[in-house]
Amino acid sequence: MKLGFSQVCLMLFLFLAVSLQSQSGGGYRIGDVARDFKLKNVDGKMVSLASLKKAKGYVVIFTCNHCPFAVAYEDRIIALHKKYEKKGFPVVAINPNDKDIQPADSYENMQKRAKEKGFPFVYLYDETQEIARAYGATRTPHVFLLDKERRVRYIGAIDDNHEDPNGVKERYLENAIEALLAGKEVPRPETKAIGCTIKWRTASK
Amino acid sequence: MSKTLLSLVFIASALYLKGQDSLLFIRADQIKTWRTDTSDTIYVLNFWASWCAPCIAELPYFERLHAEYAEKPVRVILVSTDFRRDVDRRLKPFLAKQSLRSRVVFMDEKTPNDWIDLVSPEWSGAIPATLVIRPKTKFERFFERQVRYEDLEKAVQEALSQ
Repeated sequence: MKLGFSQVCLMLFLFLAVSLQSQSGGGYRIGDVARDFKLKNVDGKMVSLASLKKAKGYVVIFTCNHCPFAVAYEDRIIALHKKYEKKGFPVVAINPNDKDIQPADSYENMQKRAKEKGFPFVYLYDETQEIARAYGATRTPHVFLLDKERRVRYIGAIDDNHEDPNGVKERYLENAIEALLAGKEVPRPETKAIGCTIKWRTASK
Repeated sequence: MSKTLLSLVFIASALYLKGQDSLLFIRADQIKTWRTDTSDTIYVLNFWASWCAPCIAELPYFERLHAEYAEKPVRVILVSTDFRRDVDRRLKPFLAKQSLRSRVVFMDEKTPNDWIDLVSPEWSGAIPATLVIRPKTKFERFFERQVRYEDLEKAVQEALSQ
């Protein structure tokens, strides 16, 4: 079979389109506008970002009940919310884990954990995992800091020491929120941390 | 009778100590050392933790790889990312019980952000994660998920054929 120039061009175009598509499938990057959602809070009410009327931005944190890294950060997330909600940056915690793979992360167990710890922030259940996929969350905890226009301004870890809150040297997330409050660019817009892989429904059980 | 019991206790504690001895502490620099090794060695680096269910589920595959490629220049290294405070109370007892044949090391670093990219820029930090490299030929395959034995075997076969 002999291919004409236009056919080769078409194939090249399709190849490029597919590879670009797969790249953008990796979730949000800095500067992207994140989608809103409507997810069930532990109090039974549906919550969207738009419903948080006084917010000047959103500290979206994918987290869960069972993961030791998530547990290690619970108190720090509570403190962050208490400090920044009144400044317009509430924490929006989302559990994306499949309860069949990790029963500890069921909605009922979210309610239980929220009550035990007295979570002052909303703790939402991403049952279809659609939001975690759209955002490109891969682990718990995984932070996406959005400004008022839902533009992604910071992606990554809460700070640089998951094990020891007193040993923290750099508060990545807090520094990012402070930068937004001051109308400045986030100094370090992306960081990484070890976390538990999100328990995807289609993943090998 | 008491003699037998005594020797049993002795053997058990020796085994336990052996389990402890086999845990080596590494720093982030070690990753650079593996990555720049000019020998023929293929490194299979698995990042895991003793409490991580999908990590534990795939451990037998690494053990099998270690056994099946014993004659080849393949080194399987299980890099624990357990909490430092869990090393004695959780990781070491776990290792003593499992008696793994693969090399187990503990990543003795506080700030993951400083070393995750050294493993792979592709890695967001979720565990389990596995890197198969043959630095000499620049072969590299990275998995940020639970692997199957076939994934490991295919990567190692490819690395060997280069």
